[in-house]
Amino acid sequence: MSIRSISVSNVTKRYGLHRALAGVSLELDAGSLCALLGPNGAGKSTLLGILSTLVRASSGQVAYRRDDGDERDPLALRRQIGVLAHSSFMYGELTGLENLAFYGQLYGVAEARARAQALLDDVELDERARNRPARTYSRGMLQRLALARALLHDPTVLLLDEPFTGLDRTGASSLANALADAKQSERILLVVTHDLEAIAGLTDHVVVLKRGKLVHEDRRSQAVGRADELGFSYEDLKTIYHQHTG
Amino acid sequence: MEFLSQVAAVAWKDLRVEFRSREILYTMTFFAAMVLLIFSFAFVTREGVVLPDVIPGILWVAVAFSGTLGLSRAFDRERESDTMRGLLLAPCSRTAIFLGKAIGIATFILIVEIVVVPMTAVLFGAPLFDHAVPLVLILILATIGYSVVGSVFAAMLLRTRSRDVLLPVVLYPILVPLLIAGTKATAALLEGAGDPTAVADLDAAYFWIKFLAVYDMIFIATALWTFESLVIE
Ligand SMILES: Nc1ncnc2c1ncn2[C@@H]1O[C@H](COP(=O)(O)OP(=O)(O)O)[C@@H](O)[C@H]1O
Ligand SMILES: [Mg+2]
Repeated sequence: MSIRSISVSNVTKRYGLHRALAGVSLELDAGSLCALLGPNGAGKSTLLGILSTLVRASSGQVAYRRDDGDERDPLALRRQIGVLAHSSFMYGELTGLENLAFYGQLYGVAEARARAQALLDDVELDERARNRPARTYSRGMLQRLALARALLHDPTVLLLDEPFTGLDRTGASSLANALADAKQSERILLVVTHDLEAIAGLTDHVVVLKRGKLVHEDRRSQAVGRADELGFSYEDLKTIYHQHTG
Repeated sequence: MEFLSQVAAVAWKDLRVEFRSREILYTMTFFAAMVLLIFSFAFVTREGVVLPDVIPGILWVAVAFSGTLGLSRAFDRERESDTMRGLLLAPCSRTAIFLGKAIGIATFILIVEIVVVPMTAVLFGAPLFDHAVPLVLILILATIGYSVVGSVFAAMLLRTRSRDVLLPVVLYPILVPLLIAGTKATAALLEGAGDPTAVADLDAAYFWIKFLAVYDMIFIATALWTFESLVIE
């Protein structure tokens, strides 16, 4: 049964004496794209790490809600979470296709190789590139491959940390399309980015973190199928960002 | 079934990466061969022969030291693009990841042994292959124990800065019983070598083989028990 919402309550993360997150509470809903904004070192990646189950919060709770109760089984949970992080998670000696096929096996994806090929088509890595060792990839190609990895098991929850980094214009616009599709199909989306232009129109929920604290939150409900009319515009996002971080 | 296929996927991935780069196997084998060579000069008697009593010790020192090299590097590879996180994010039990890594390491060590053991036999004129069955048992059991214990510590140190220095320091004390057993068992096989009237002490060899089997079982159980908590950030 798929996750319908994530509820973060009073989450704190300490690294030694340093507080990376200081009591963050947040609700993430299906069919909504939440833009997580904030200056470097604000704790955005840390929050993503906690939501992805990799990092354990020092205090506070994260509840993953299904229609019939909370998801507590870690394996069932991880099966539904797709992560794109700063690093690519790719083995340099293996080709793009082999990397994806390997992760496909770990995720128990049926027909892992065929599924990998289909995703490589989606992220537009051509036949020659996908059969080359990943260490020969450019930054943008690696980012496309990492994105394919995040989507491989068709996750319900997508946690993307600066997904537009390194992508060219076509890459960025096909990522934006993928995000719109995911939103349409009722996924939970959390996107950390500084590229406000790329997510303008798609975003209906904005959260600003600063020094580990949630300093601003705003939502705008969108009519189904009219995403670009009611979401936050580029100007809105820029204003919000500068107001709370500048 | 899914569990086994995930274990196999992780192990096969490590082997595939290694067969492309070959750096672990080449470094380990070269290093082990150097250790043998240096000792073959160090322990020569006035008559020009190597003291037979030191041969098992030399063999196990070579295997243990080169094993540490391989262990460090195999886990270092999981840091390069943060792939360890990629593995831990997957919906498979951490035990499967651990076993996959340990099997990968064990395979590297066994390959090195395939080179180093015959080399020991030749360099030192040691009749190691007179008792091939117990010899193979000793090698396999010691390699399994080494890989399991080594993988636990290498994974535990993955996020510490001075892991390369720390690994042997934390690992070897736990490996002492295993290395003693390996050495004693090998020595029992070589008992009275060069003396046509003497025979190998197979009872002693099998005692140490059983000891290794028990060591392996204890540490496999402990590793499966603790691995999950070692890798949480
Ligand atoms: N593993 C870690 N050990 C110590 N400090 C960390 C660790 N990870 C993050 N931090 C600290 O936590 C703070 C938030 O980091 P991060 O979440 O990466 O910020 P952002 O992604 O918003 O730029 C930073 O000050 C960073 O130095
Ligand atoms: Mg970050």
